[in-house]
Amino acid sequence: MNSKKWNTVATGILYFIAGVMILILAFLLIFILWNGLPHVSWHFLTTPARSFQTGGGIGIQLFNSFYLLFLAMLISIPISIGAGIYLSEYAKQNWLTSLIRTSIDILSSLPSIVVGLFGFLVFSIQAGLGFSILSGALALTVFNLPLLTRNVEESLNSISESQREAGLALGLSKWETVLRIIIPEALPGIVTGMILGAGRVFGEAAALIYTAGQSAPALDFTNWNPFYIASPLNPLRPAETLAVHIWKINSEGIMPDAAQVSAGASAVLIIAVLIFNFGARFISSRVYGKMTGTK
Amino acid sequence: MQNYSADDKFIRELDPKDHEISISTEDLHVFYGESEAIHGVSLPFERFKITALIGASGSGKSTYLRSLNRMNDNIDGTRVTGKIMYRDLDINSQNINVYEMRKHIGMVFQRPNPFSKSIYDNITFAPKRNGVRDKETLDELVETTLKQAALWDQVKDGLGQSALSLSGGQQQRLCIARAIAMKPDILLLDEPASALDPISTSTVEDTLLALKDRYTIIIVTHNMQQAARISDYTAFFHLGNVLEFDETSNVFQRPKITATEDYVSGRFG
Repeated sequence: MNSKKWNTVATGILYFIAGVMILILAFLLIFILWNGLPHVSWHFLTTPARSFQTGGGIGIQLFNSFYLLFLAMLISIPISIGAGIYLSEYAKQNWLTSLIRTSIDILSSLPSIVVGLFGFLVFSIQAGLGFSILSGALALTVFNLPLLTRNVEESLNSISESQREAGLALGLSKWETVLRIIIPEALPGIVTGMILGAGRVFGEAAALIYTAGQSAPALDFTNWNPFYIASPLNPLRPAETLAVHIWKINSEGIMPDAAQVSAGASAVLIIAVLIFNFGARFISSRVYGKMTGTK
Repeated sequence: MQNYSADDKFIRELDPKDHEISISTEDLHVFYGESEAIHGVSLPFERFKITALIGASGSGKSTYLRSLNRMNDNIDGTRVTGKIMYRDLDINSQNINVYEMRKHIGMVFQRPNPFSKSIYDNITFAPKRNGVRDKETLDELVETTLKQAALWDQVKDGLGQSALSLSGGQQQRLCIARAIAMKPDILLLDEPASALDPISTSTVEDTLLALKDRYTIIIVTHNMQQAARISDYTAFFHLGNVLEFDETSNVFQRPKITATEDYVSGRFG
């Protein structure tokens, strides 16, 4: 065979592999949505779960998922941005920074159940936070922080060195250059990483089973005082999330419509994660246009 | 390339009575870690003149240029010793505010590096950070600097468009406009035309010739015709030494040092 034919064959094989990937993904998505969407209704999204009867919803779990996500990102975004800026812009190449980088890489590959058990021991037991949203948010921070930090660092690293020189040569300080030139240019990458991280956190179950807990006590949506025990904002109450809920009803759910609730909740979870992913693309292109004046 | 003795050199003295010196170096050494890239260079740069730094790749001309506004400070393991005298001040000493100093000594780099902002914002960015807030002053600054950089006529109707949409030559002239918007005394240019096509190169050269009335210009170039065309003085760098410094016409027509003669006549480099 000549090289032209080989090229055709190789291209064909690559197309085939890519096609298989897309088919698997499409099959999963269609399967979950096909089974789940018929059970999703406004009633399903807003009512509390029921343990023994049919007709339970996922209202509290859905709220918990978003609140937990919010708290986890609130803690991890500032830390990851600070750490990423340090590693990319200020850290010198020596044994200490290479130790930090290696640690981050190892942390980011920890299985999430290990993070969950660590969170259980440290936050729930030692720190006395018990099964609470706060324990869960801290565990998710441990789970998410390494990836976010690496993302910030890599987004900043991808900005050409000549941009830093341009800033410094104009008499700007290093911090001004980083803050006003490098970060704005890296922002689309940073934002994309943050939103994808949010999607990952939103679907996380294993790290939360022993930290945020597996129960979703009734909430009083009329009282938003964070110190009130049934307040939706109380960070010290146990909070089963959507992903944990799916895991739980599949392993020990005894309500008659467990299969339907699980399917519906899975569909909602998938849709939320999809929204995060498409949102990441949309927002990062908007941000880029805004920061750079190209649009 | 044959070996040329570093002792065999000719450095023209510029008498301060006849020549106003804008910046000069005394016995400047640059070390990258253990290796010495510049072996004690002493050069004067006359005000409102263009001085070209020429020499083969690796001769140290860019390294030397970058130490004049302390850009080498940012590279780990770099050490610069000796004096850089600017307005009776040794700007190579520790207690100098390098950020303040760089406002007086601007720089344009080899590859055009505009910020990914609009043309207008590229020029006004640094002045704004220095407290210029008045819209009219900024507008005027944009217009005068773009005119000085010979870019105004091409971009005046699209100041809001992204600087990245400009051609390479236009981007480089924008970078020159951005540098002079800080009203520096001295403009350092590190092979500003090497990434450009011949037509853009000649526009940039015209721009530099027009700028020399107001700025002291020091330019590193690989292109000997360019040095001959635009510069008043030429310094020939060889392996970290300056072997010859003289008026440009002398360097190119009556070089006093064999190495210079071999280089400008294209025998090596």
